[in-house]
Amino acid sequence: MWRSIQLRAGLTAAFLALSIIFLIPTLVDPLPKWWTKFLPTEKINLGLDLRGGMHLLLEVETQKAVESALDKYASEIKDVLAKKDIPARQVERTPDGKISVLLLDAKANDRFSQVRADQYGNLKVASFREQDGKFQYLLEMDPREAKAIEESAVRQGLETIRNRVDQFGVAEPVIVPQGDKEILVQLPGIKEPQRAIELIGRTALLEFKLVDEENSLEEALKGNLPPGSEILYQKVAEKDTGVVTRRPYLLKKRALMTGDVLTDARMRIKSDFNEPYVSLDFDSRGARLFDQITAENVKKRLAIVLDNNVYSAPVIQERISGGKAQISGSFTPEEATDLAIVLRAGALPAPVKIIQNVTVGPSLGQDSIDKGFRAAIIGSILVVAFMIIYYGLSGLLADWALFLNIVYLMGALASMRATLTLPGIAGIILAIGMAVDSNVLMFERMREELRLGKTVRGAVDSGYEKALFTIIDSHVTTLITAVVLFQFGTGPIKGFAVTLSLGVVINLFSSLIGTKVIFDWVNFKKQLKRLSI
Amino acid sequence: MGIELLGKTNFDFIGKRKYAFILSVVLVALGIFAMVQLWRGQANLGIDFAGGTSVQLKFEKPFQLDRARQVLEANGFKDSELQQFTEGNKLLIQIKKAAGGERVSDKILAIFTKEFADNKFVVDSTTEIGPKVGKNLRDDALIAILVSAIGMIIYIAWRFEFSFGVAAAIATFHDVVAVLGIFFILGKEVNLLLITALLTVAGYSLSDTVVIYDRIRENLRLRPRDFLGDVMNSSINEVLSRTLVTGITVFLVLLALFFFGGEVLHDFSLALLLGLAIGTYSSIFVASPIVFEWRKGKKVKIRTRR
Repeated sequence: MWRSIQLRAGLTAAFLALSIIFLIPTLVDPLPKWWTKFLPTEKINLGLDLRGGMHLLLEVETQKAVESALDKYASEIKDVLAKKDIPARQVERTPDGKISVLLLDAKANDRFSQVRADQYGNLKVASFREQDGKFQYLLEMDPREAKAIEESAVRQGLETIRNRVDQFGVAEPVIVPQGDKEILVQLPGIKEPQRAIELIGRTALLEFKLVDEENSLEEALKGNLPPGSEILYQKVAEKDTGVVTRRPYLLKKRALMTGDVLTDARMRIKSDFNEPYVSLDFDSRGARLFDQITAENVKKRLAIVLDNNVYSAPVIQERISGGKAQISGSFTPEEATDLAIVLRAGALPAPVKIIQNVTVGPSLGQDSIDKGFRAAIIGSILVVAFMIIYYGLSGLLADWALFLNIVYLMGALASMRATLTLPGIAGIILAIGMAVDSNVLMFERMREELRLGKTVRGAVDSGYEKALFTIIDSHVTTLITAVVLFQFGTGPIKGFAVTLSLGVVINLFSSLIGTKVIFDWVNFKKQLKRLSI
Repeated sequence: MGIELLGKTNFDFIGKRKYAFILSVVLVALGIFAMVQLWRGQANLGIDFAGGTSVQLKFEKPFQLDRARQVLEANGFKDSELQQFTEGNKLLIQIKKAAGGERVSDKILAIFTKEFADNKFVVDSTTEIGPKVGKNLRDDALIAILVSAIGMIIYIAWRFEFSFGVAAAIATFHDVVAVLGIFFILGKEVNLLLITALLTVAGYSLSDTVVIYDRIRENLRLRPRDFLGDVMNSSINEVLSRTLVTGITVFLVLLALFFFGGEVLHDFSLALLLGLAIGTYSSIFVASPIVFEWRKGKKVKIRTRR
């Protein structure tokens, strides 16, 4: 008997010590140096609902990535056909995601078939039609290739967003994929939510396009858009009034260069006007390309287009070979800094849509913590007092069990680096309710046994034994539901299930071993005539 | 030495089951009506399920709720729902229509910055949820709850008897639905936090029911020849003081949460308080009487080994 008491008491104490060691990093800040060397540093994190922050769910429009891959194929094919002097028209992506090619004679058809077989074996012929000596092809992408493009769009998008967030400087961000094409972004404690959304949600596709000066902008605005050109707008803010107008540009559709050749982008300030701008550095390929583009188009206008907005369209004065360029517009310093960040981090392979945005300001978060904490303290005092009043010294034991429970649970949560959210706290409340219930069940049983005239020791033993199965049954039932909720639930429901299932398991231990061992100890040391219960 | 609230009692709980059934049918009918209304989108569904935008502002000085409403309506937000928390001069604005491309919360903030220039505010929280997300969340929650109910029935059926498992599931369903119905009547919002509260209610009610079942099982073994109703009655009476004591302790904690937990926890703890009362009632007046009605003519086959 004595050995068993020693063993159980030792186990209880060991777990208590372990829990406290795991809890220290959460409670003490900063940790002493020697601690971080040998002992755990995992912390319980507070969820965004408690400490404030931003929770975004982004949907990657993967279809757009497939479309731009198709566009790329179409323009490549067009180039190849032009180079080989194969007469063709309508080489373009169709709205339903195929590439159409119209060949003007039979010879062209033969030569095109050859090119297709040699270079574009991965594009299947979806339909083929011959009419009036012309040949109409519809090519389609292998669904597996499309799938791979979609998957890589999500993966790359995730990387890019992580890059941007890192450069923006947010402590402990969470950026993970969710489902097939969703990305979950959590930014705790963020101060400027609008700015963060701009930074994350922006596609940041930088393109250099020539201004179409052979055709008239007026005609195009009337609806006579020349093939191969497009109208894009520049937002111009009037300096004095702040009124924003949109200035149209007629641009060649084809981008001469895109932002993937950048090595660096920085916010700088023009000394003479005190005006922020973004300087760009190209890699060697980009530098060569830019050199070539500027050399071939001197005195023409080159538009700098970001996400289909024209930022500026300066005239190329001379060949530029240094591998540098700049974007100016009427930026504030923050806008220029953020633009530099997104350009450095690179473009998203496909646009993203924000489908869920939950932002909790730091003031509400703090408010919730303070009030929740106060309520928890008041509730605990009430329960502790009630148990002592109702069950006397035994009630004190129940309070001890409650203390063990809470410390064990918090220690376990800390060791798992769990994130505590409001639903998680609900789970803890339920678990603590069950912990109290376990003790009430035992004490009521003991009272019954005492009423039957048993000795203190007999009453304690049979009370425990009889309550044991009730406790196991009610805990296992709860555990089953909690585990299933964990498996199938999402977000908040999961948070609830984690704390509840942990709490239930811990409670089984602490009520069946933690308190019983003290009863046994007292009974072993002296024969109690009366039990304060 | 402790005190005792209840001595030995001898209430005829099973005999009162007819009245209890009437009350329960009313509660469940109310709850099912609420569920149907929720399904049809007629109830106060939170934006986390319905999709939409919610913004909570904390002003420096007291403000007029009517003025806030006028300002919003004048700027094209006719369907907004406003709620004022006088403590801390807080205003909650909800617009239950899934946001399209433009960001509704930005617009609202701009409106208030302009129109309430004399009364500065900070943004407590903003939430914007697309319609698809809400639907996914709802479906996930439903699946999780269904599967866990099945798991629970299987365990109880194995430990006790099939009728016990089904009755426990019905009693738990009864509690969850009743709380939902009452919330519907009160016009409270059905959101994710309420779902968490309902899960907590289900957990509490279930363990309450299991405790009583356990005693019934024990007594059935001790008194195999007695009437089922008598065994049930004395079992419920025997655990009555435990039911009361546990109920009181949980009640104390919830009361603290309700009064001191702040606006976020207010409705949450209200749901738990309701659930505590209904859950305690249902383990006595619903869970056991259903088994009684089911098995009264026949012998209850309880596993004899524990």
